[in-house]
Amino acid sequence: MPSTSTSTDTSVHSEGPRMTAPLLEVDALTIGIRRRGRDDVRIVEDLSFAIQPGERFGIVGESGSGKSLTLRAIAGLLPKGVEVLSGTIRYRGEDLGGMSAAARRKLMGPQIAMVFQEPMTALNPVVRVGEQIAEGPRRHLGLSRAAAAELAVEMMRRTGIPDPARRARAYPHELSGGLRQRIMIAMALSCSPRLLLCDEPTTALDVTVQHQVLQLVEELCDETGTALAFVTHDLAVVNQTCTELAVMYSGHRVEAGPVKDVFRDPRHPYTRGLLESAPDFDDPDRALIPIPGFPPNVAARPDGCPFAPRCRFAIEACTTAMPAQEDVGPGRTAACIRTHEIGSAAPGEPVEVLA
Amino acid sequence: MLHRLRFIPGRLLQAVPVAFGVTIIVFFLSHLLPGNAALALLGERATKASVAALTEQLGLDRPLWEQYFRFLGQIVHGNLGTSLTYQLPVGQLVLQAVPVTLSLLGLALVMSLVISIPLASLAASRPNRAGDLFARGFTLLGQGMPQFWVGIMLILLLAVNVRAFPVGGYGDGAGAHLYFLFLPALTLAIAMSPTIIRSLRASMIGVLESEYVGTAKSKGAAGMPLFRDHVLRNAAIPTVSIIGVNLGYLVGGSLVIEKVFALPGLGSLMVNAIFSRDFPTIQGVTLFVAIFVVVVGILTDVVYTMLDPRVDLAGGTTP
Amino acid sequence: MTTPTAALVGFKQRRRASRSRSLRAWYRNGSLMAGIVIVGLLVLVAVLAPVIAPYDPIAQHLEQALESPSAAHWLGTDKYGRDVLSRLIWGARVDLRVGFLAVLIPFVVGSVIGAIAGYVGGIVDTVLMRIVDVFFAFPFYVMVIVLVFVLGAGETSIYLAIAAVSWVSYAKIVRGEVIVARQQDYVVAARLGGMSHTRLLVRHIAPNVMSQAVIYAMSDIVMDIMAIVTLGYLGLGIEPPTAEWGSMIVDGQEFITTQWQQTTIPGLVVVVTSLGLSWLGDGISDLLSPDRRR
Repeated sequence: MPSTSTSTDTSVHSEGPRMTAPLLEVDALTIGIRRRGRDDVRIVEDLSFAIQPGERFGIVGESGSGKSLTLRAIAGLLPKGVEVLSGTIRYRGEDLGGMSAAARRKLMGPQIAMVFQEPMTALNPVVRVGEQIAEGPRRHLGLSRAAAAELAVEMMRRTGIPDPARRARAYPHELSGGLRQRIMIAMALSCSPRLLLCDEPTTALDVTVQHQVLQLVEELCDETGTALAFVTHDLAVVNQTCTELAVMYSGHRVEAGPVKDVFRDPRHPYTRGLLESAPDFDDPDRALIPIPGFPPNVAARPDGCPFAPRCRFAIEACTTAMPAQEDVGPGRTAACIRTHEIGSAAPGEPVEVLA
Repeated sequence: MLHRLRFIPGRLLQAVPVAFGVTIIVFFLSHLLPGNAALALLGERATKASVAALTEQLGLDRPLWEQYFRFLGQIVHGNLGTSLTYQLPVGQLVLQAVPVTLSLLGLALVMSLVISIPLASLAASRPNRAGDLFARGFTLLGQGMPQFWVGIMLILLLAVNVRAFPVGGYGDGAGAHLYFLFLPALTLAIAMSPTIIRSLRASMIGVLESEYVGTAKSKGAAGMPLFRDHVLRNAAIPTVSIIGVNLGYLVGGSLVIEKVFALPGLGSLMVNAIFSRDFPTIQGVTLFVAIFVVVVGILTDVVYTMLDPRVDLAGGTTP
Repeated sequence: MTTPTAALVGFKQRRRASRSRSLRAWYRNGSLMAGIVIVGLLVLVAVLAPVIAPYDPIAQHLEQALESPSAAHWLGTDKYGRDVLSRLIWGARVDLRVGFLAVLIPFVVGSVIGAIAGYVGGIVDTVLMRIVDVFFAFPFYVMVIVLVFVLGAGETSIYLAIAAVSWVSYAKIVRGEVIVARQQDYVVAARLGGMSHTRLLVRHIAPNVMSQAVIYAMSDIVMDIMAIVTLGYLGLGIEPPTAEWGSMIVDGQEFITTQWQQTTIPGLVVVVTSLGLSWLGDGISDLLSPDRRR
């Protein structure tokens, strides 16, 4: 599908010059699989967003939307066969793709760190957790073994792990899921990174534990001024934890802006659909309206807006070209040609096509 | 960790019936010989006197069960009989030969790891590329070549055509021993490597795709630290198990290699005993080797437990 | 809940479907074809030995001893003046035949014992597996060598010795498979339908569990040929003057400095044989269990 002229404005804010340079700038990023003799398979297409220092940025979408891959591309951890096909990722102004592997590795830990979804498989099963936390500081901060071990225990204490000195000698399988995730967080923050990438860190946890872990992440990031790139499919989590968000569908960014504004007044049919299908505890009697259908096959996306087949606002024009990013308010964009009509539609009802 | 080693007494206890079974089989080996066992053992040229002496020594004129218990009693006292050829206690001959065989096995193990680990890593990090195909080809070839023939070829290439190594023998002194053991150990290493490479490659591929290697990379790990602390530490675990299982087969192979290189170890002791029909020695060596294999099996479990903190052999794996 | 017959039929249909999928591609499998070619050639040579061997393999001509390769004797002559090439060709008959037969007995015996242990379970299983453990403690070569010594050299001894040592692997494999199969729906359904144990074992369970044993047998043939050749090297195998690759290697080792081909070539032939059998074995194992990861 040809890339039509989407706005290359990387900032989700469309007004005024920024006072500080963004920490992370993703610019027209396309991630996929190169195939010889055939079209490349594009999983993430023309994605742009920016994260300011200290900002808590959420990336929302369902499975297969490409949100995890985006995070992995930033971390340089794309799986075999998947690569950045075009676009740039700039950290503090420097193009990550243009760096040598060694230079990039120097960033991983003290500048950029990642928390993974499944702590059981993301921790080395045969190494004690204290050692695993200490590995980063030893490598990047040049700490001695003893000093790094002390730092590890301190980090464990700060993430709320009881009896950290003893627990540091435990192996991952000896700890509960919640504790393991705290270990992962302690590990990620051990070198005081500027940007923390979180790939659905609470999805695999019990609901009660989820809340605690989220609070922990928020507190620690506030304390240290670490920016957060938080990938999730759970709207409630984004609502609680993030201030800005980008909504992804089938590899495209379909809506972006401050979380409260977007959730109060969604301007993309997909965002509306997400909100309408999610339970709201403040309004328990509201009917849940699911989005019919399934996301398109990544290798065979239709022309035009990828959401069109499932969209109740879709018109003919939606299927011919990918919609451009439209300004829909202060610091907000939405990629829909009917975005200005969506705000006034009643839940569950299609909007009349205005001539 | 000591707590997890508590399976050892139980395992030793389990080994006891196996050990008994071993002794029964070894004992009955002599009774598989048709006709007068002593006569058959000594061959046709035996004199009446020697036949009578052997009959008495082996207690062949007593009831079967009595012979067996006599046999057991002797073993427990460390008496493995007297060699017919050397007129020395079999136990003594075995103890003299054991260091040679153990050195050979030890050196071969080290060499096979030196060969296997790099090849397996190369194969696992770039599957289906040149390195992997070479490793798999080496594995295929290694399994297809008779061990003793590999030894002969190494002699041909490195001892005859190029006088780099001796043709056989053991030498005097530790340094010389190492020199003389090089080719035989290399032969065994070539025989051992295919199994190790295959197992290590498979487990490495699994580990390289794992989440925790991704986590390590997200901390900036790469190269040797990544390989040593994360990949190898995990990939080695199933391979240790496989080596342990195959050790019995390898011990047998080493016996033949000793003949090829004229090393004075258990293998030569055994083979020579076979040709000189020295039955007590054959019995003694077989018994020793079988018990050795059982002990090695337990040791393998110990090493395995030490390597993998999740394993609890006394009560099943921890979830 | 389906009827017993329906469950059985459904299971068989699925097996047949997966098998035909793999059969369609067998001729495209490179190593399998190579294996078939090599083994086929070797079998051909062995069968046609009386016709294609230029000389009598055991007739001695001491005046022609230790000649280098020439037009008359392509691989030279050994220390008794026998043509090496002819001995090589006749050796194929011996090693291939003995190797194949040596695998059959432990395959049958071990599988039966393993099936009984797995199917009956309980104390029978425990006792049989203890016995298996005892046999497992003996290194393969040590036992084979000792047994051949005890039983005297010769072909029968080889069969008995290898059988006595190898049956355990088959017992373990088949037992494992039977234990799994025993819990499958189609077995439960058949028993509910009143099928006798024997009929169930022989006609329904056996065909499904034997594939793993057959796969192992393919690699076992290679191991057995190695053992036979090793026994020949040690002078414990097929009795001289019969031509056999192992004894040829040991005969040639003496003259490694002057006539190195005498000890090298038979070994190379063994290597090629093993490769061919390995490829063939891998190919057959792919056919028999296409859904299992090797």
